[in-house]
Amino acid sequence: MELVLSLSIGILAGSGVWLLLRPRTYQVIIGLGLLSYAVNLFIFSVGRLVMGRPPITQAGAQIDPAAFADPVPQALVLTAIVIGFATTALFLVILLASRGLTGTDHVDGKEPDR
Amino acid sequence: MNSEAFLLLLILLPFAGSTLAALLPANARNTEAWLSGCVMIIAFAIVVYLYPSVSEGEVLRNNIEWLPGSDLNFTLRMDGFAWMFSMLITGIGFLVVLYARYYMDPEDPVPRFFSFLLAFAGAMQGVVIAGNLILLAIFWELTSIFSFLLIGYWHHNAAARDGARMSLIITGTGGLCLLAGLVLIGYIAGSYDLDVVLATGNTIREHELYVPVLVLILLGALTKSAQFPFHFWLPNAMAAPTPVSAYLHSATMVKAGVFLLTRLWPVLSGTNEWFLLLGFAGMSSLLLGAYFAIFQQDLKGLLAYSTISHLGLITTLLSFGSPLAAVAAIFHMLNHATFKASLFMAAGIIDHEAGTRDMRKLSGLFSYMPITATLAMVASAAMAGVPLLNGFLSKEMFFSETLGQHSGSMLDSILPYAATIASAFSVTYSIRFIHTVFFGPKPLELPREPHEPPHWMRRPIEFLVLACLIIGIIPGITIGPYLHTAVTSVLHEHTPLYSLAVWHGINTPLIMSMTALIGGALLYLVLQNYLAQSEDGPPGIRQFKGQRIFERLLVALSWRWARWMEETFGTQRLQPQLFLVIFIALIAGSWPFLEMNSGFSLAATAGIDPVFALLWGVGAACALGAAYQAKYHRLAALILMGGAGLVTCVTFVWFSAPDLAVTQLLVEIVTTVLILLGLRWLPKRQEQVDNATTPISWTRRVRDFVLAVSCGSGMTFIAYNIMTHAELSESIAEFFLERAYSEGGGNNVVNVILVDFRGFDTLGEITVLGIVALTVYALLRRFRPAPDSIEVPEQQRIQNDFDDRHPDRKIGETVHDYLMIPAVLMQWMFPFIILLAVYFFLRGHDLPGGGFAAGITLAIGLLLQYLASGTRWVEDHLRILPIRWIGFGLLLAALTGMGSWLFGFPFLTSHSTYLEIPLLGKIPVATALFFDLGVLLLVVGATALMLIAIAHQSIRSHRARAIEPAKTKEDS
Repeated sequence: MELVLSLSIGILAGSGVWLLLRPRTYQVIIGLGLLSYAVNLFIFSVGRLVMGRPPITQAGAQIDPAAFADPVPQALVLTAIVIGFATTALFLVILLASRGLTGTDHVDGKEPDR
Repeated sequence: MNSEAFLLLLILLPFAGSTLAALLPANARNTEAWLSGCVMIIAFAIVVYLYPSVSEGEVLRNNIEWLPGSDLNFTLRMDGFAWMFSMLITGIGFLVVLYARYYMDPEDPVPRFFSFLLAFAGAMQGVVIAGNLILLAIFWELTSIFSFLLIGYWHHNAAARDGARMSLIITGTGGLCLLAGLVLIGYIAGSYDLDVVLATGNTIREHELYVPVLVLILLGALTKSAQFPFHFWLPNAMAAPTPVSAYLHSATMVKAGVFLLTRLWPVLSGTNEWFLLLGFAGMSSLLLGAYFAIFQQDLKGLLAYSTISHLGLITTLLSFGSPLAAVAAIFHMLNHATFKASLFMAAGIIDHEAGTRDMRKLSGLFSYMPITATLAMVASAAMAGVPLLNGFLSKEMFFSETLGQHSGSMLDSILPYAATIASAFSVTYSIRFIHTVFFGPKPLELPREPHEPPHWMRRPIEFLVLACLIIGIIPGITIGPYLHTAVTSVLHEHTPLYSLAVWHGINTPLIMSMTALIGGALLYLVLQNYLAQSEDGPPGIRQFKGQRIFERLLVALSWRWARWMEETFGTQRLQPQLFLVIFIALIAGSWPFLEMNSGFSLAATAGIDPVFALLWGVGAACALGAAYQAKYHRLAALILMGGAGLVTCVTFVWFSAPDLAVTQLLVEIVTTVLILLGLRWLPKRQEQVDNATTPISWTRRVRDFVLAVSCGSGMTFIAYNIMTHAELSESIAEFFLERAYSEGGGNNVVNVILVDFRGFDTLGEITVLGIVALTVYALLRRFRPAPDSIEVPEQQRIQNDFDDRHPDRKIGETVHDYLMIPAVLMQWMFPFIILLAVYFFLRGHDLPGGGFAAGITLAIGLLLQYLASGTRWVEDHLRILPIRWIGFGLLLAALTGMGSWLFGFPFLTSHSTYLEIPLLGKIPVATALFFDLGVLLLVVGATALMLIAIAHQSIRSHRARAIEPAKTKEDS
């Protein structure tokens, strides 16, 4: 399982990095999306992979920390997902405004000199 | 009140007065003067009150802890020397305020003037009584800043602006050097406390860093005291109002440099480096300043160069390193302040009453203002060092000190001659000042008819000139005890025997004095005619101005070199920048692994679930497809990215993270819809597919590809190694798991962390979300789509064409009926979605759900209505005010946090209990629930605001299109 997930994180990150380096704004926005999946999964995976043990305790029961998935990376990732959404939204609007202002969707606001 | 409180009051009073002065109306000249005068006189009274304890050799201290761990304390400390300076600051400060009341024009914005002046007094007082080196540096920089503001007071005047900027750059840079030097001293001495530093002089002088320390401290002190080669800012600072020149640029601020040198005299002086560096700067300033002063045509310019020269005298005295020279230096600081401040005020009166300061125009003013003329004569006689005046006494001490042996080099034999020549120069310019302005023929072409100034404007000068006379005639009983207090506090057991008597018999210093007086007078007779018409500045080296060199350097540094650097090393292109950022991140990430020999073991490959592998096969294909398609087919790329997101979501479910899965799924929906709405404004496909196959673009792609693959492999490597590494034995997870219910009142640990344990982080996060939403909204208010996207979308065109071709249909009907059945379904779903949101919210503390998830669910519910029925229909039926939701959400979250203050707990402490509600049963009610409600409201508001703002663009653009031909400016 770990191998599959780490390979997937690698593929997501690689695709994201590739797109970040492309010249079109839309490519960059998709790249950021893919990269944030990779990073979220990576942070999540730091808490190790466990199945069927969500961090939801039973009231009053004796708590054995080993019986639950690590809640800390989960809390971090939950925050990251929401912030990631906000960044995407902001970037999308800047993309649109920039295209309206400059007439091009190149990341530099102008087509490269050829 | 004890002395501790008084010390603090000395600092606080001027700053409080400054704040108050700034708030008064612009024409309140009298009120301002009264306020400032009261502040100064109270401070003066405090300083006087403190004298008995200071005179007994006691060091008054007030230590307020600030960052004690870093040895940074707000320490105030007053000894005899600081006391003497405090007297100058508050006493002359009071006189300057009195003078400024009459000097300032009713038209001038006086609140600014008095406010800055008081703040400067506070900062200067801070420099003098700071007992911590870092605190001293802070006050030091504050004096530079207020000096800048005061020089630039008449900021409509270009000379004032340039002078202010120059003084700030030079003294500010010096201040930074000083800070570095003081930090080094603190490092060597082991403490920033002044008392500790003063006690470790030997250690510092013998330390290998002594020379750097000395150079840095001297840079700070010499720039501040306008010593050669940093002297040129002072003449340019004369664009300031004259009270400022009298206060800052003769009596106090420029003295800060020599003050500091005296303060650190026991620590740094006595070495050869000290003598050479300081002696060179001091002697150069002494001679050049006096020489330049002779050839000035501006009254204040003459006084400014004279100040440089006199400060050079003090610096030279300090450089000798002998206790007697230090006594003379301290004495001359005092004397110079009295006669120079009065001369500046006199120059201000002349300027004020005659309308010019140009000595070529001024002449014969004695008959118009005899009293002012007499006062100025006495003061300039003191400046020239005429016997029976205070300037004479310290100058005699200086002469006798120059006769001693200091380094055993040729310098020793030159010193007495140089001192005599400089003194002769000073006689020349003093005579010139008096003779040109007050004697000779009656002035022609004066802008105004000169007359005596108002009574009270002259009082400060009268007082200071009286002081010059009294100190000069009976020094022993007037200034003696106070000077002794100041001297002993610096020199302690090294305090030498010295005599303040006027008459020491005929000795070498007296002969030097007489030579200088006669030589100076003769020199004036020779130069008189030349000076009457000459240009400003000394002959021969008139072109060679420090100011011009400074400006050239400034242009080179801040413009030419900066431009060159930017052009050579900078880029405005995003791609190389991002490449560098990612490349450096890759290097930084791989660095530790290069040293570690950890192999890539495939130990855990055994337990692969084929379903999971297949799932990620799809996920990876989606990611790669999105990467490939993002340029050519935006919609496909979006769908593929969504696919990868869904697989991520399933992964969260798979590995026990239900909260994440719920949130990820909902956010995925919102993101996709948002980008879909954005796609309306982007062409569906990249029209010209350029398959640029130039070698450069190929190399670039290969390079990017290699970087992307390296980053991906690196992530895989690290992730795999972490995941297969044994679990950590101790982790903070235990803390949260064990306390989630007992202290947070909830079973869903992730939610409890978010709204309770780390509630402050969440508060910050929702604030960011709110700001982003408002930014999006603001950006879209003035949104102009690209020209090729303004047209009605293709699909709507086809539908309208269809209506057009059928006579029984009206245009727009097909668009209206489009998705009719899903629309009805979505409308019916609305209440259920709201219910789902409420359900998510209420169970959030114990089971997967929570404010975030509930908020986004509710926003999706609203969004579906927009999708199904169109923007206009929804807004006709439903009033959504997303900005208010954001505001109330943030307010509720913050108020919940503050609520705990009422019960005496820190911000965001939560309390939980259970509430019995009919039908629903027992539900947990924690204050965290209200916090979570705030989160919910904000998330709904922010999400809805962004989606609605972008959805609105399609209505607006229709309107924009309709109006645009008529060239009307549209605004939503």
